[in-house]
Amino acid sequence: MTLLFVALLALFALAVVGVAARRSPWVGTAVYGGTATACGLIGLWAVGALVGRDGAVAAVLPIGVPWIGVHLRADGVSAFFLLVVALGGVTASLFGWGYERAHEQAADHSGVHSGGESGPVLPFFPLFLAGMSLVLLANDAFSFLVSWEFMSLTSWLLVLSTHRDPDTPDAARLYLMMAVLGTLCLLLAFGLLVGTGGDYRFDAIRQHPPEAGAAALVVLLMVLGAGSKAGLVPLHVWLPLAHPAAPSHVSALMSGVMTKVAVYALVRVLFDLLGEPVWWWGGALMAAGAVTAVMGVLYALMQDDVKRLLACSTIENIGVILIALGLALVFKASHTPVIAALALSAALLHVVNHSLFKSLLFFVAGAILTATGTRDLNRLGGLIHRMPTTAVLALIGAAAISALPPLNGFVGEWLLFQAILNAPALPEWSLKIGIAVVGAAVALAAALAAACFVRLYGIAFLGRPRSAEAGRAGEVGRAMLAGMAIPAALCVALGVLPTFVIRLFEPAVRAMVQAGPFDDRSYQPWIWLAPTSAIGNSYNGLILLGMIAALSVALVLAIHRWASDRVRRSIAWGCGHDGDDPAALSQYSASSFAQPIRRAFGGTVFNARDRVEMPEPGDTRPARLTVCWTDPAWAFLFTPVRRAVNWLADHADALQFLTIRSYLTLMFAALVVVLTLVAVVRS
Amino acid sequence: MIAAVIHQVLHMALVLALAPLLTGWVRLVKSRLVGRRGASVLQPYRDLARLLRKEVVLADNASWLFRSVPYVMFTAIWLAAGLVPVFTTDLALAPTGDLIALIALLGTARFFLALAGMDTGTSFGGIGSSREMMIAALAEPAMLMVVFSVAVLVRTTSLAEIAVYMMGGTVGLRVSLALALIALVMVAIAENARIPIDNPATHLELTMVHEAMVLEYSGRHLALIEGAAMLKLLLYAAVIACVFAPWGMATPTQGSLWIGLLSFLAKLAAAGAALALFETSIAKMRVFRVGEFLGGALLLSLLGAIFLYVSRGV
Repeated sequence: MTLLFVALLALFALAVVGVAARRSPWVGTAVYGGTATACGLIGLWAVGALVGRDGAVAAVLPIGVPWIGVHLRADGVSAFFLLVVALGGVTASLFGWGYERAHEQAADHSGVHSGGESGPVLPFFPLFLAGMSLVLLANDAFSFLVSWEFMSLTSWLLVLSTHRDPDTPDAARLYLMMAVLGTLCLLLAFGLLVGTGGDYRFDAIRQHPPEAGAAALVVLLMVLGAGSKAGLVPLHVWLPLAHPAAPSHVSALMSGVMTKVAVYALVRVLFDLLGEPVWWWGGALMAAGAVTAVMGVLYALMQDDVKRLLACSTIENIGVILIALGLALVFKASHTPVIAALALSAALLHVVNHSLFKSLLFFVAGAILTATGTRDLNRLGGLIHRMPTTAVLALIGAAAISALPPLNGFVGEWLLFQAILNAPALPEWSLKIGIAVVGAAVALAAALAAACFVRLYGIAFLGRPRSAEAGRAGEVGRAMLAGMAIPAALCVALGVLPTFVIRLFEPAVRAMVQAGPFDDRSYQPWIWLAPTSAIGNSYNGLILLGMIAALSVALVLAIHRWASDRVRRSIAWGCGHDGDDPAALSQYSASSFAQPIRRAFGGTVFNARDRVEMPEPGDTRPARLTVCWTDPAWAFLFTPVRRAVNWLADHADALQFLTIRSYLTLMFAALVVVLTLVAVVRS
Repeated sequence: MIAAVIHQVLHMALVLALAPLLTGWVRLVKSRLVGRRGASVLQPYRDLARLLRKEVVLADNASWLFRSVPYVMFTAIWLAAGLVPVFTTDLALAPTGDLIALIALLGTARFFLALAGMDTGTSFGGIGSSREMMIAALAEPAMLMVVFSVAVLVRTTSLAEIAVYMMGGTVGLRVSLALALIALVMVAIAENARIPIDNPATHLELTMVHEAMVLEYSGRHLALIEGAAMLKLLLYAAVIACVFAPWGMATPTQGSLWIGLLSFLAKLAAAGAALALFETSIAKMRVFRVGEFLGGALLLSLLGAIFLYVSRGV
């Protein structure tokens, strides 16, 4: 654990360096290089802890509140999530280093040097990573909540580093409010967990889990508290605003990694601290996850901003992870631990997968932003010709997140479906039927995600450029490409050899559900994924990839040997627009691509309408088509709440100007009410 | 093991060889049904051979993606077809992927074809791609729900195991299987761009889906895409036959390959004739009615799964 502490201290020290040496030219290199190294160490330690399987290690630090101290403990689950944080940290540091240098150079060229845009990012970047690691290590409620707040505040400051953008302050304010709300829920949840004993250590909570009523309340509060951080619909409203507002490598960390820390909080409390689960906890989690998954991807399909689209797709993936967690809880409650382990493995695998491809895609968005200066899909296009390497890496990311075999996204989805197919083993009727519906929701979300990423990739990278900036774009630097290449390579590796990583985090699964996903199989060849108790279900990404490669090569050779291999280049039929269509208006745009889906799904969910303004015959003004839609989360929840709060504030204002007699009367009335309450409760 | 590998190679060659024949058969039956003589069943082979001999005309701004998609797509569908047992369940690749992997492989082919449709930056490609993805967004969940209801009954998603179980005869006639069959047929019609969802013979821009997406392809690329479409039709016929009518198929322990082969040919002929009959008796629907059609398929398959619980209490 010494290695871990050294790395964490190094992260704090790097923040000091970031502040102290903010004027020197090497500070970016030092901070990002140091952060990458520290995260690398954390990752190595985590892998060592998972492979070694030597149980949990714990430590008490004599800092913090005097009579409590800071209790830290790393078991399999913590080590697994630390690995996710560390992976995200390494790639984000690498990418961020190149990203900020590119932006500084661009600022130098254009002459508008704003005094070091990277200045505000550097100190908080390592602190953010340290905060997330501390949440994963905390072993008492107090240090957990302090680290949680630390993580929220550092990420909030990172969002604010782009405060010159007009949208950022509003996004940051909303984020802060939702973060405060989330922490409030967590605070109450831990208060209930601790109970009247007052022992804040997780070990003590684990030994005396709360009784049924309090446990139900804890589940509810945890889902609200951690869910608001993870992007649970309808508490997600801050996420598509705040995640994209930060610099791209920070967006990658917030979307790819910080949401996973929230998942960790759920796993820790629901599987570990609360003891034996009740079936409806999982049912509630699955229902929330299903709504989140479908709504998230529909939101993503409505977005025209690359980074906002990615943030919405994070909501979808969190929904999928919550469904898997809910399934694991349900099976744990019904005492089928092997299937619970299967579902939990699906959840954890999706945690790694999503952190990889979402980081990758946010880096791609950052690369696009660097090369073109815009995030608007309707101003992009044709980047496959101008950014060839980025285009290949982006294609891997888009295919992986669309759950296409043989990449990693599919393996997670496959495992989840295998768990879903075990629903008939459950005793509760509502769950059997409910899980069938949840399965349909997962399938719908996956299919819509594929549409969403065909749209993203097709509009941004394919076709003709939709603006002059997109036409002038050039490939980004090596550091940024390397930052993208690492997660892309891991996406392929995890898809082809998933059993390695599932074996790697088996200690985490075992710690939570007391079984491993491969337990009921006596023989487990290393490249075959065949975990369930049902017969004959298996998947092999390696053979699939090998077959696709071999057949493709054979096909190419055969066709070029025996068929024609002549090629002629010609202009494509552009509906009469050739030559006089510099903005590529005859080409499909992001909004037009989404139109069929908007019409099929958005009409009911978002009240989406296409309004056409057709000028009179003879009028030469162009016709206009406006797409308008309303966000149900705002329309039905947040706007009414805001109105109610404003109304309350306005009317509470009157209380400020009362006479002393009225105040005394009010206090007396309050006293009487409290005493009556106490009397009622006591009797 | 060796026998399984030989079967697999034979199987891959067989599906490749039979796919144009099935398409030719459907066209012939359709022609006869509307009172035309129709072209020979061998016409698709000739078409493909002619396309393969022609040169490729590429749009100026077509990228490497556009040129590689036909190969990737053809391979993915061919491999998917290689996972569906047709004459024997003893296939070497059978454990590589189950029904879910098969659906995902078809999804891969669709994903890349939709991207290729957007590569040249013309309106037709965009129309085709966006409509294709909308159709897929409903068809894929419907198909997965069919898999779900079958798997609830059979306890497996492996096609070979499903075929063996269904041949065992312990299943009998079931309402939910009928619902699943109807849903699967609806999905197959949508996924293969058949009437009433799409018309493989049309080039009218307002109604095109699949044809619009591949409009820019020519020569050997078009041959591969057409070939892949034919393979996909055969694949869906084979999946339906494998799950709902696997009789005659050989297993590792019993049954003869020849009977398996002949029964497969008979099933294909019946499926092709049924498809032709259905297509001639129905009109194409508006693109935006497709949502209702496939939403119906999704609900039917979900209902099938729920009925199964009610009827048997599994």
